[in-house]
Amino acid sequence: MSAALLTPLMITLPIGMAALMVALGGRLPRRVLDVLATATAATVAALAVVLLVATATAPGRVIAWAGGWTPRQGMSIGIALVSDPISAGLAIIAAVLATAALVYSWRYFDAVDVYFHALMLVFLAAMCGFVLTGDLFDMFVWFELMSAVAYALTGYKIEEAQSVQGALNFGVTNSIGAFCTLIGITLLYDRTGALNFAALGANLAGQRPDALVVASFVLLVTGFLTKAAVVPFHFWTADAEAVAPIPVCALFSGIMVELGIYAVARTYWTVYSGTLPPSAIRGPLLAFGVLSAVVGGVMCLAQRHIKRLLAFSTVSHIGLFLVGVALLSPAGLAGTAVYILGQAGVEAALFLLVGVILLRLGAVSERDLHGRGGGMPITATLTIIGGVALAGLPPFATGLGKAITEDAGVTEGFGWLVAVFVGASALTAAAVLRMAARVFFGLGSPAAKDPTSRGADEDEGEEVEEVPTGGVPRTMLIPPAVLLATALGLGLLPGLGGAIGQIASDFFDRAAYASQVLGLPTPEPRTAAVHVSGFTAASVGYGLLSTGLAVLIAALTILRSRLPRWTLAVARAALPLLRGLRALHSGHVGDYAMWLVVGVVALGGAVSLILG
Amino acid sequence: MNLLPYLVTGWLFLAGLYGVVSSTNLIHTVVSLSVVQSATYVLLLTVGFRTGGTAPVFADIPLGTAVVDPLVQALASTDVVVGATVSALLLSLAIQVHKRSGTLNPDELRSLSG
Amino acid sequence: MSRRGRLAVFSVAGLGLAVLLVAAFLDARPFGTAFHPLGDASVRASLLERATANTVASITFDQRGLDTMGEEFILFAAVLGAAVLLRRDREEREAAAPDERREGRGQVGHMPEVIRLAGYLVLPFVVVVGIYVVAHGHLTPGGGFQGGVILATGLHLVYLAGDYPALRWLQTNRIFEVSEAAGAAGYVLLGLAGLAATGAFLYNVMPYGQLGQLASAGTVPLLNAAVGIEVGSGVVLLLAEFLEQTLVLREPGGNRRAGAGG
Repeated sequence: MSAALLTPLMITLPIGMAALMVALGGRLPRRVLDVLATATAATVAALAVVLLVATATAPGRVIAWAGGWTPRQGMSIGIALVSDPISAGLAIIAAVLATAALVYSWRYFDAVDVYFHALMLVFLAAMCGFVLTGDLFDMFVWFELMSAVAYALTGYKIEEAQSVQGALNFGVTNSIGAFCTLIGITLLYDRTGALNFAALGANLAGQRPDALVVASFVLLVTGFLTKAAVVPFHFWTADAEAVAPIPVCALFSGIMVELGIYAVARTYWTVYSGTLPPSAIRGPLLAFGVLSAVVGGVMCLAQRHIKRLLAFSTVSHIGLFLVGVALLSPAGLAGTAVYILGQAGVEAALFLLVGVILLRLGAVSERDLHGRGGGMPITATLTIIGGVALAGLPPFATGLGKAITEDAGVTEGFGWLVAVFVGASALTAAAVLRMAARVFFGLGSPAAKDPTSRGADEDEGEEVEEVPTGGVPRTMLIPPAVLLATALGLGLLPGLGGAIGQIASDFFDRAAYASQVLGLPTPEPRTAAVHVSGFTAASVGYGLLSTGLAVLIAALTILRSRLPRWTLAVARAALPLLRGLRALHSGHVGDYAMWLVVGVVALGGAVSLILG
Repeated sequence: MNLLPYLVTGWLFLAGLYGVVSSTNLIHTVVSLSVVQSATYVLLLTVGFRTGGTAPVFADIPLGTAVVDPLVQALASTDVVVGATVSALLLSLAIQVHKRSGTLNPDELRSLSG
Repeated sequence: MSRRGRLAVFSVAGLGLAVLLVAAFLDARPFGTAFHPLGDASVRASLLERATANTVASITFDQRGLDTMGEEFILFAAVLGAAVLLRRDREEREAAAPDERREGRGQVGHMPEVIRLAGYLVLPFVVVVGIYVVAHGHLTPGGGFQGGVILATGLHLVYLAGDYPALRWLQTNRIFEVSEAAGAAGYVLLGLAGLAATGAFLYNVMPYGQLGQLASAGTVPLLNAAVGIEVGSGVVLLLAEFLEQTLVLREPGGNRRAGAGG
């Protein structure tokens, strides 16, 4: 049973090291801190890989009961750490991204005392705890730990007004989401008398979904959707990621928001799938996903602030992930899983590359950066590769993920989703490519004052701690290069689609989960192994279409001054809409809280209406 | 059925949210957030109550006495710690916002829009 | 959005949320229900298997000890976070150095000697109460978190009694950072001891003793102590950061910050 030792170690190793660092304090030189932190993160990654291998063998889940409180008579007093391949995979991504971010910050960051490294390690531990737990309240505790560390890391640069304000907006909005989740947990406990996922699912199965079940689901999911930056819970994202230090942003966009999507899927499939029918959930969640994809894409293209641009690309892609999950089919989940595998690396890499731009050129606005990036060929190449991967060009893993999800959408009867996928990825990729063209190649005239901007782009320039006179340090270019290469390599991996298909089916199997965790007799195994397509001709076509569209849109926006007058008239007609959309992103914490409540009511209302 | 404890939960939750939405001072916002959190405490303890039950500490009562649910009390105490710490962080941020922008009024803090 | 618009939208949305909540509450179990299967099982496990009189402590530190580890690290992270967020920026660093020693004194004005004496007299009692609450956490209501807060705030009697320099000395000394980290690490180590001994993290490996005795409940008192140290130190550090903001730091130009202490 040695695999069961892995999960507690993955959590305790980083936090133990963090405590040790704080105890030894400022006496340790910076290099030692760097090495210790990076080594710890790398060790967690290695443990996670071993865990993945362990979960890949039957029966497919590694279970460790904290405190030795194994269930008796179907009652689970203790907290279970349950890992299946998906949670192990997410843990691997978290640890790998943390390692990359820590390596990157060797030269990027002027770390204060021991705090940065300790906070990053605690963050990693919290993310591991979040994906590995099998208990709903324990998930909430790790959620709050993740959040507390995130608030502190976001506001790290205390000397900038925007930084602390963004962190505060993040903190207030995320906390409200967390409290909604807690209310949901309490309502569930009242009904079922259980907190363990398996026990909850077993208890709720077959019950009629009354108001309490619906309300608990909606409230529970609110916190996760807030963490996941789904519209309309997303307003904190651009504010926070515009100001947080680059390595932190890489973690936020790369894995933290994806964990929210994971939590929604896990909660539905393990707890609610026996009572809330898929038809009640699919429509509303699809709507939220499509809305996020579209709003994120449009806002992304409209940004001149390169960090906010990437933040909105995250929102857009999260929308696409949610669409995959909302299809409520194993193929859809498989597609999202592969997509996340690729996207995590790409988003993180893009943030790290933007950090290189910030470090060398000291500005965040495309206007201020125009043409100044001439002497950075590697950065330019990697950014373009990142942009193209964002569009889902085959054979990147992002392209594979899109392919599987689009196919799943068509199978479920939502063929129009393909347009959403193509459009959203094209818009976000176009923004990145346009940024690369403007910054590195000086293409197009320097952007005129943006008529829809409300001031967020007119940034004084991010304060950077050091500007190296030589080239860009290798430790800052290697992590993004490795991450992009991994995204490409995973897409080329043969059999990935098929393996994930089986993993996704197992994820859906509530009865098997419950029986394995609670030690009850196993039901008949699932017969149908779901067929998951790889790169079909159609999906390769869509991937190429997205990329082509991205290049086209980028070119159009750059060559704005040379376009015929009628196109500009069309664009001008859409300006008020864009202005309105940007006005909604007001930076005012009261507005964000209001939209959160609107989102809760919308989701609750939609689900209730469908259930009748 | 006695709905009052549940209604208190709902009231605290909504009043706190109203405070966050309508606030003109960031300290007030953080405190309103604590009010929202109080709603979660009340709900937890409400759900755990057993009529005729006493405190679940058996230092001086015979074994087998009916007690209220100790689990929600443990959850609530965890919740309290979480809330206090998050409030501390948010207040630290509010202090810094005031130092950098000179104001605590969200209506006047406009640097992040768009 | 304008204030009026925001409140208008919120009124409608808030009404919807109220409807959702009330509908859920109407379907909840009646207040005072006897349906607490997990709670009853926890009580039985606590009393019969682990000899822990305070069943809440058994749940917190034994049955759901992993949650508590997460919770204490939330406090740990918040203290780190406050230290990061309230650290002195460049201007404050330069301004503080020459003035600090001189200005740290007399922050609360002239305090009558009798209050200072009263504070010092009460302090040992508060510390003893705090230690008692921590040590008896497995027997009576209380425990590491509660006792730790008592200890930390009791220490600030020194400040209330008017002796800010003594408090500053206690705070600027690294002892509390070390003890906080030690408390946190202590919890993790106890959990790993369980892992090494039985293969289950946080397994209660010490002898359980007899119900109601001070030496009972296995590792629960030890975990209580670790948490007590961590929470006590953490709260001291947290309050130190906030007090420093108000009492020590000056705006550039040497003016006291508006509305500060005294």
